[in-house]
Amino acid sequence: MRVLIFPAMAAIGLSAAQADMPVLTVLAPDYFGSSWGPGPAIKDGFEARCGCTLDYRTGDVLPRLTLEGARLQADAVIGLNTDMTLRARETGLFAPHGQDLGALELPIDWQDEVFLPFNWGYTAWVYDTTRLDEAPRNFEELRARDDITLIWQDPRSSGSGLALMLWVDQIYGEAAEELWADLSARTVTVTAGWSESYGLFTDGEADMVLSYTTSPAYHIVAEEDETKAAAIFDEGHYFMAEVAGVLAGAAEPGLAQEFMAYILSQEFQEMIAYANWSYPSALPREDWPEAMRDLPLPETALFLDEKEAEARRGAALEHWRAGMTR
Amino acid sequence: MHHARSLARAPRVPEPARVARWAALAAGGVVALWLLVLNFGALGAVAWRAAGLSALGPADWAALRFTVVQALWSAGLSLLLAIPVARALARRRFPGRNVLITLLGAPFILPTLVAVLGLLAVFGRSGLVNQGLEALGFARFNIYGLHGVVLAHVFYNLPLATRILLQGWGAIPSERFRLAASLGFGPGAQFRQLEWPMLRELAPGAFLVIFLICLTSFSVALTLGGGPRATTVELAIYQAFRFDHDMGRAAALALMQFGLCALAAMFAWRLTLPSSLGGGLDRPVERFDRGGWGGRALDGSVIVLAALFLLTPLAMIAARGLPHVAGLPVEVWQAAGRSLIVALGATALSMAFALALAHAILALRGAGAAALEGLGLAALAASPLVIGTGLFVLMLPVVNPRDWALVVTMLVNAGMALPFALRLILPGLREVVATQGRLAASLGLHGRARLMIVTLPRLRRPLGFAAGLTAALSMGDLGVIMLFAEREGATLPMQLYRLMTAYRQDDAAGAALVLLGTSLALFWGFDRWGRGRAAA
Repeated sequence: MRVLIFPAMAAIGLSAAQADMPVLTVLAPDYFGSSWGPGPAIKDGFEARCGCTLDYRTGDVLPRLTLEGARLQADAVIGLNTDMTLRARETGLFAPHGQDLGALELPIDWQDEVFLPFNWGYTAWVYDTTRLDEAPRNFEELRARDDITLIWQDPRSSGSGLALMLWVDQIYGEAAEELWADLSARTVTVTAGWSESYGLFTDGEADMVLSYTTSPAYHIVAEEDETKAAAIFDEGHYFMAEVAGVLAGAAEPGLAQEFMAYILSQEFQEMIAYANWSYPSALPREDWPEAMRDLPLPETALFLDEKEAEARRGAALEHWRAGMTR
Repeated sequence: MHHARSLARAPRVPEPARVARWAALAAGGVVALWLLVLNFGALGAVAWRAAGLSALGPADWAALRFTVVQALWSAGLSLLLAIPVARALARRRFPGRNVLITLLGAPFILPTLVAVLGLLAVFGRSGLVNQGLEALGFARFNIYGLHGVVLAHVFYNLPLATRILLQGWGAIPSERFRLAASLGFGPGAQFRQLEWPMLRELAPGAFLVIFLICLTSFSVALTLGGGPRATTVELAIYQAFRFDHDMGRAAALALMQFGLCALAAMFAWRLTLPSSLGGGLDRPVERFDRGGWGGRALDGSVIVLAALFLLTPLAMIAARGLPHVAGLPVEVWQAAGRSLIVALGATALSMAFALALAHAILALRGAGAAALEGLGLAALAASPLVIGTGLFVLMLPVVNPRDWALVVTMLVNAGMALPFALRLILPGLREVVATQGRLAASLGLHGRARLMIVTLPRLRRPLGFAAGLTAALSMGDLGVIMLFAEREGATLPMQLYRLMTAYRQDDAAGAALVLLGTSLALFWGFDRWGRGRAAA
């Protein structure tokens, strides 16, 4: 149909992919492949060295993996979150990425032969320094501050919301319900996705929004706005990574492996921080781009691996629901 | 309808009439088949993938309770408020009236994300209302909660209810108002004799449509509801898919949503009384019911209040986006073009669907007609997530769903807009058959000739309105395309989300304004065509 409607666009696409040039097809989330996501820069970088064409196939990655299964016509996947790796792994569609993990610079130990992290971050409460003088330094201070209003994401529909739920679960365990009840009183609203939350926060609807410790970097670099900051909590922050993987049914397994190697390359790692507004996975902090390096970094990483997270999710959601609807 | 039926059953039915009846039934059958696939085939496919339905938990039942309560409030209040607004608009003529009527329809066609941001810019914690209250020394008002959900849904649906009722007022032949005036009817008598029967005919259907729209609300309900207390069935479906990875429960919840839809539809039909007054001569509507100064002041304030309520959030969206429109990336304009094509395709399909289905409904009797009409409404209760996933599963073995993303989007949007189109066109068609059917039959007008000469000209107003609604709704729809679309196939709402995901709030505000402007222009264009030269 697109061919019918946009013959010109299709023609351009065909001439670029010359007949004998191999094509690496990468499944990625919609935002990732868009003009404002990291996709285009990665495509340019990889194509310059692979003698191939990199095509993104975008959409909801996990549903596409589970629904299409072995019929999926792709060589690699990029942009899965750590909260999706278990389901993705269970599809049995992945092959080992074949990379030496010694190059990784993560705050947690990562020994995964299937999923290769390309960037990472911490969820955090982000605030506007012109509206909030002193940010809380942990959840106990946050629950005591009745002058602060919060907007965040629903753990049932959002990855960052889920991270917050597991973050609280890590610190409070069975006492989480009490904390949720207190936070509920500070909460303006809970939205389905991150975009709604962040939009409402920038419109001034709440003092703090659940986002990432790296969010202020965007405002500093792209808008020269230094008024956004992330509250660093002394009890630690929940770690999230985005990963890539090779599909076992890849038509171009060699290229897919090469792509994995490219992810760990200096070029990719230096570019990803600003392209995707998160920390590079294989670059020591002193080599991060300036705005990212200068941001305060949490000292402790809290993280549940996919099996532990799966085991805690049900109970944590019950605490959340009970506390929030009390 | 009775005339058509008795004609069809009469022993000496002219051949062309029989052919026309069968043609209507065949076309209606094709549409019905697509609706079955869309609504139940997709659901079935999801259930099949899940190998059955799963049991529902207590949280699901709580979600059901909240969903029904908020939908009842939202639909009731939208309808109740629409009555004075529609009445005032029907009775008054003033400069800019047509533009105002178009603009008042705008909230209904906004994408949810844009509507929520606009609404909160007015009613939110730091919105205009609270700034005003604070400046005057009053306490702040908190929008979040059940009342916020209802407010948002009224903001969304008051325009729809108003337009449906306005059509009703416009459809009362002017001769009747003249007769009422010459008989010396006071406002009360006139309401009882002319307006109440019209409301009895239209209000239950309007209530049903709005109730069903609110039934499937998800993001608006959650955001304005202030958190998990405002969990709707649609969010529970989302959770089943994304959090619990339990497609069986998603299918069970979707089935429950259809059950609710059927129940609500049954209630609405029991409440609907067909109006039984005769036809008119299509004379230009000249009002004899304007009342004195008191009535004028009342109508004036009703219109001003409605305009303030509905238009201030739109103005906030426009003010926020306007400075950023000129600098929008080219991809946004490309996506706007793509969305335009999808919207126009969906509109053409939806109008054809609605006409075919409406003719088939009138050609059938009792239960069959009711079933078809119910099927036409069913898409309102369908979960976009279930439809998208289900169609994907259905298409996979046959074709590559990605290659058909835009076509599927057109077909789905046409099906999703069909409830509105049918709701608008069916009463008009009934009226045409009732008032012009005998004359047309006696003149030997059947089939295409009758459609072109008798039916379509009289349906022009509801057709134009329905087409405008479909085009605008399709323009702003995010629904199923997210699962199907490829990078290059992005629609304007998709680009809007991408911009927001990439922190580009300013560009997103500009894109939101483009979306609002395009949707409104489409709506206005079709609606304007429908109203033709007549002063609506």
